[in-house]
Amino acid sequence: MTNRQLGAVMFAPAVLFIILLIGFPFVLAVLYAFSDARIGSTGFHLVGLENFRSILQSPSFRKALQNSIVFTVCAQAIVIVCSTILSMALEKPFRARGLVRLLILLPWVAPVSLGTIGWKWILDSIYSVITWVLIWLHFYKPYSAPMWLGEPRLAMASVILVHCWRLIPFSTVIMLAGRSAIPKEIPEAASIDGAGFWRTLFHITIPMMTPIISVALLFGIVFTFTDMTVVYILTAGGPFDSTQTLPSLAFATGVQGSDLAAGAAISLFLVPVLVAVAYFMLRVAHRAEVV
Amino acid sequence: MQRSGFRTVGARIVHVSVLVVFTILLAFPFYWMVIATFKQNIDLYTVENNPFTFNAKPTLDHLRLLFGETQFVRWLGNTALVGALVVVITLLLAVPGAYALARLTGRWGQRLGIGIFLTYLIPPTLLFIPLSRVVALLGLQDTIWSVVLVYPSMTIPFSIWLLMGFFKSIPKELEDAAMVDGLTRFGAFIRMVVPISISGILTVVIFSFTLVTQEFVYALTFISPESNQMVGVGIPIFLVRGDVYFWGSLMAACLITSVPIAVLYNLFLDRFIAGFTVGAVK
Repeated sequence: MTNRQLGAVMFAPAVLFIILLIGFPFVLAVLYAFSDARIGSTGFHLVGLENFRSILQSPSFRKALQNSIVFTVCAQAIVIVCSTILSMALEKPFRARGLVRLLILLPWVAPVSLGTIGWKWILDSIYSVITWVLIWLHFYKPYSAPMWLGEPRLAMASVILVHCWRLIPFSTVIMLAGRSAIPKEIPEAASIDGAGFWRTLFHITIPMMTPIISVALLFGIVFTFTDMTVVYILTAGGPFDSTQTLPSLAFATGVQGSDLAAGAAISLFLVPVLVAVAYFMLRVAHRAEVV
Repeated sequence: MQRSGFRTVGARIVHVSVLVVFTILLAFPFYWMVIATFKQNIDLYTVENNPFTFNAKPTLDHLRLLFGETQFVRWLGNTALVGALVVVITLLLAVPGAYALARLTGRWGQRLGIGIFLTYLIPPTLLFIPLSRVVALLGLQDTIWSVVLVYPSMTIPFSIWLLMGFFKSIPKELEDAAMVDGLTRFGAFIRMVVPISISGILTVVIFSFTLVTQEFVYALTFISPESNQMVGVGIPIFLVRGDVYFWGSLMAACLITSVPIAVLYNLFLDRFIAGFTVGAVK
């Protein structure tokens, strides 16, 4: 048996598995999106663009699409800034660094559904610790404090907050890995030549970190844009669909509402973002290969 | 001189405050779980009480409720069983696959590897609707076998990618020497390469197991009976009765489950991150 044949035999089971459980369902999702499939009915007709026409007209879909974009952009902007700062602080050696690192990483390494339920308690309508502190500081009178998850704007901000909380640690460790690859001599030489902290930061460190920042950003975009867990647990899309995102709306429509066709059509709106991310990821990987 | 002295002191203050502020913000929800776990309900649900201190004696009631009157232990068992099975399936498929890509497929191995890696980016929220039908057709709905079948599709791509990098770092001469000594290529892989790759394989084991404990969407979609739940869905969905949240036991369950997983994941994190950086860091 040649190397090539052995390679094919060893590689085939994994590829077959991936095709059966990722490729085939994806084709099925596309097929559903153009059909009238429902849970419980065996009939199945292709209806062309009918599903897309009706979801594009529905206000809750438009709101969900808008939210998905707003949540992703806001969360990633905050995450990139915070994790750049945090990774700079974590890079220098200091006492108890291992413990601090574990504490900082907890939000990423603990199961997301459990961290989110912790936030649900922190943001509780009556017993919220944030409310208690605000009343204690006399910003609000007792019983007149805002309901964090009950008012549309505050609920949206809460969802963004939890996404940031979860992704800052992830982004930070990726950037730490990137910073450790920058030769220390270059920023040092710059500062000897008289470049101050900010000039070194903006003209040397950040440009050299661009590839790694883009990797952190690309993963961050996928993790926020396609996430359903945070929204589902924190607000279940409410109040009045104000925090619904594409994935949570697809779940509400396709699984809870039994409308497989519409649910699949909504999910497919995730694809353009995924394709764009994959394209940029390939460019980063390609550049790394060439250098 | 004076000025630079001020500067270093200033830089130190900034450094320490950045660390302190971020640590508090990021770890706070877990600290809050600890507090809620041991507080009596009367203390927990009195708005006027200072929430940061114990206004009544600490209690173990929430833990007693959690272990005695809920299915929590059962969910932990389900999750451990699914985790173990997914780890086995992942290893059986990803280890040979990664070796083939690293050694046997020549130039297009790297490209194929990146292609496989990119499938890791496909989220459950894209495929859960068609997969729920597939699972139903196979008669696996509402059983843990549905997730045993589906989870490897999430673990295999990233595992292949991680192991590929690992196998490439092993000198080729090792297998060449073994083959001169009469082993076949496959024999050299099993007897020589796998044993010295134990740390890479262990990384894949931890990655796959923690991914099983963290997944939410598939488990929520495929499994409805309370007793067959995975821990990540059981706690946030089934510890809530109607609209009543038992915050004490809910927070206890979150804490007991997350901390071991977090510590385990943290031990291997640097290796996962090396995989995530797609070669952008050398």
